[in-house]
Amino acid sequence: MTITPDSPSVLTALDRPNSYIGRSVPRPNLRRLTEGRGSYVSDTVLPRMLHVVFVRSPHAHARIRAIDTLAASKAPGVVAAFVGADLTEVMSPWVGVLTHLKGLKSAPQYPLAMERACWQGEAVCAIVARTRALAEDAAALVDVDYEELPAVADAETALDPQTPVIHPELGDNLTFERRVNAGDPDQGMRDAAEIVEATFVFGRHTGVCNEARAIVADWNAAEQRLTVYQGTQAPHMMQNLFAKHLGIAEQQVRVITKDVGGSFGVKVHAYADEMATVAIAKLLRRPVKFVADRLESFLTDIHARDHRVHGKIGVKKDGTITVFEIDDLTGIGPYSVYPRTSGIEANQVVNLTGSWYRCPNYRALARVVFQNKNVMCQYRAVGHPIATAVTEGLVDLAAARIGMDPVEIRRRNLIPDDGYPATAPSGIKFEKLSQEAALQKIVTMMRYDDLRAEQERLRKQGVYRGIGMTTFVEVTNPSPTFYGIGGARISAQDGVTMRLDGAGTVFCHTGVSEQGQGTEAVIAQVAASAFGVPISSVRVIMGDTDNTPYGGGTWASRAAGIAGEAAWQAGKALRANVLALAATILQAQPQSLDLRDGIVVDAASSRERMGLDEIARIAHFRPDTLPPGFQPELVATRHYVPRAWPFAFTNGVQASYLEVDVDTGFVKLLRHWCVEDCGTIINPLLVDEQVRGGIVQGIGAALYEHCVYDERGQLLNGNMADYLVPMASEMPDMDIGHVVTPTADSELGAKGAGEAGTAGAPGAVMNAINDALRPLGAKTLTEMPFTPGLILRAIGRI
Amino acid sequence: MSIESCPIVLTVNGETVIENVEPRTTLVDFLRDSLGLTGTRTGCEHGVCGTCTVRVDGTIVRGCLMLAVQCDGARVETIEGVSDTGEIADLQENFRLRNALQCGFCTPGILLTAQELLSRGGMPDREAIRLHLSGNYCRCTGYQAIIDAVETTARQRTGTNS
Ligand code: FES
Ligand code: FES
Repeated sequence: MTITPDSPSVLTALDRPNSYIGRSVPRPNLRRLTEGRGSYVSDTVLPRMLHVVFVRSPHAHARIRAIDTLAASKAPGVVAAFVGADLTEVMSPWVGVLTHLKGLKSAPQYPLAMERACWQGEAVCAIVARTRALAEDAAALVDVDYEELPAVADAETALDPQTPVIHPELGDNLTFERRVNAGDPDQGMRDAAEIVEATFVFGRHTGVCNEARAIVADWNAAEQRLTVYQGTQAPHMMQNLFAKHLGIAEQQVRVITKDVGGSFGVKVHAYADEMATVAIAKLLRRPVKFVADRLESFLTDIHARDHRVHGKIGVKKDGTITVFEIDDLTGIGPYSVYPRTSGIEANQVVNLTGSWYRCPNYRALARVVFQNKNVMCQYRAVGHPIATAVTEGLVDLAAARIGMDPVEIRRRNLIPDDGYPATAPSGIKFEKLSQEAALQKIVTMMRYDDLRAEQERLRKQGVYRGIGMTTFVEVTNPSPTFYGIGGARISAQDGVTMRLDGAGTVFCHTGVSEQGQGTEAVIAQVAASAFGVPISSVRVIMGDTDNTPYGGGTWASRAAGIAGEAAWQAGKALRANVLALAATILQAQPQSLDLRDGIVVDAASSRERMGLDEIARIAHFRPDTLPPGFQPELVATRHYVPRAWPFAFTNGVQASYLEVDVDTGFVKLLRHWCVEDCGTIINPLLVDEQVRGGIVQGIGAALYEHCVYDERGQLLNGNMADYLVPMASEMPDMDIGHVVTPTADSELGAKGAGEAGTAGAPGAVMNAINDALRPLGAKTLTEMPFTPGLILRAIGRI
Repeated sequence: MSIESCPIVLTVNGETVIENVEPRTTLVDFLRDSLGLTGTRTGCEHGVCGTCTVRVDGTIVRGCLMLAVQCDGARVETIEGVSDTGEIADLQENFRLRNALQCGFCTPGILLTAQELLSRGGMPDREAIRLHLSGNYCRCTGYQAIIDAVETTARQRTGTNS
């Protein structure tokens, strides 16, 4: 078994006796999950609960002339049927815009389509019945009279004057546009010995969480309170949205999130069908459950990517990059998704492309357009795989053009490790990256020179192997500049409340949530280390807006870095409280004592003085024995929000080694490497598995995953048989290495690690395929996913 | 479309169960909705993801592709059952130690599928483990940790050194 060896913590402040920081502690909740005893929303059953199913538009764009629900309403077990107008009584529409994305526009969206359906799969009618099967039977009886309208399917022509405008009141199909002109791009072009250009296409794909979106909404009319069980990444954000659009106060809404069967950015948005479920529960005054089936998931879970980027790079003979230029076009469906908007991905592409290289000259244009396809929004590593693959694809093409080794050209252009802080041409700021060290480390780990020799040898035998590399950065620990500044009520801070109970164990409440990535373990490790107890004495409470500090949740790789720091500070504060109490009991100075492994000791000699259980006993049950006027404080709360930098950037390098079968076009992945720098590593095992899972999601995008639409806006492969996902037999083993550069913005120094894998993998696979096929004079492959057909065409075999 | 229910008698995790089910009810829906055995789940409901894997008469099947009425007289075992008998306690512990699960939604199906391979005896290589699990979708882990945990269990059970 390859359990990652514990790596020593680099920060002495974290080296408390018996610290869990830097140790591969198994997650506390895993036994429950291995025994099938988890509690997911799809498992939830409440008394008097009803099931809702949705009738969805079969057309990409259609006027709804009439909906006849009479037969459905009379079907066995049916309790109610709703069309769009029925829900407007209790729920207001929403518009997915943020003020800091200047000019971003969208149209009001309703829980059920009103007079028009704007994508195939948009819910137009809801049927509520005793069981899901009965609701589905009845839904088949709903008769919708549609008048099909022309569909805007192709992003390329969405802005043409002859193309219909999806929301006429907006004037055109342009959602958002951003331009950057930094340094002197024209001079950069003139300085270049070679200018290389390519068009990169990133197919639409989607999250395919193993557990589909699920929600149970329960309106208690007597309490005037809504309880929502939802598999969400951001419970407090959803609390706010449900309250706002139902027109009730936030404290009338409680959101409970237990186990979530994967989220990856899919479960951090307001979905019309989930909003409808909540509205229906309010109208029916009883619990209503909605669980998307897999076909609905493909049609309605946010899609991602779908970018076409024309890229240009200028390079001198010595390898110096003189300019980057990109023109990005992306289609986001008919609405900008609420509340995070669908402008963020293109904005990130502009922010990130070329940013970790020294080249100061940069020109970028990004346009985001409406179309009649499913909505697109933030999915794991938002924008990163695009920015990385475009940047690194261009760098590889430039290297090939001037005959330079791909590692060498990167070495010559990366911002040097001693060159920080640095500001990229797009304006984003780096506190400190370690790209040179990461590159050096991966070259050693993968034995780059040996692999090149092996590749050369095998080519002579007609075996085509390729090595592809990407350097990349990852946005983590976002400050309020991400959403809050644009008006979204998405908390940038998080808090941790620690309380000591009568047995001397601690409860640790936090607003971040567990989606499987291991937040619960990380918070427990940090809290136990800072406070000074065995990890078995810590219980973490999350996913309940009634019982956790108000916070942001889990997205943009923020949980460990932000809530982790709050836990660290809360642990220290509670320790100070407990030592003050112990000092009173022991008649000692608090600073002469410490709490270690659940025992108060003399700090200098480690001599044991008193167990925490005894201190808790006195504090809770015999405070009468304490001196008058001394009040023990047994709860401590601390918050943290990054302030010094808009984001803490994680950075790294990935490499892919693969073999292309030139007869079948199949790609066999042989090995994959990643070296990343997420600052202080709280749990090496969890970090490595985040990276591995992320890499495989990136590989999915590079090789398999694609939501294929036809010109009428019909999704052709919306099921798991036709939409391919990575499975065990095709995936390689992955070697993960680390460079550790803590952020100085927090004491803990942790940056995020959840998205690095997905950011770098697609570009690495792309570069490896092109490297493999270069001796065959193949056309450069830049259109993901790289299917066998595309590969065979590139080498002229078909 | 109210279709008459059929009586079925079967054993589930060693207990005799007598129920009436509609002919259209799948085995996985029956286990979840009628018996409350929610450790068995659906990921696709069309036979691709393996999340619904259970054992019927000792063989693993996809609970979404089998009807409950087909299990009349059968012996059905779910993750709850094999957890309680301790049959796969070593495998579960290796999953825990290796972090071979993240969200855990796929895990019951993967454990039962891996146990089928392991119970054949012998020391499967990594390729064989990957191949045997190739019908079980996991979005979270990237599979490597799962392969490691199964490999470790095989080694421990066969007394093979690493
Ligand atoms: S739910 Fe049965 S195979 Fe996916
Ligand atoms: S652990 Fe989430 S799907 Fe496998």
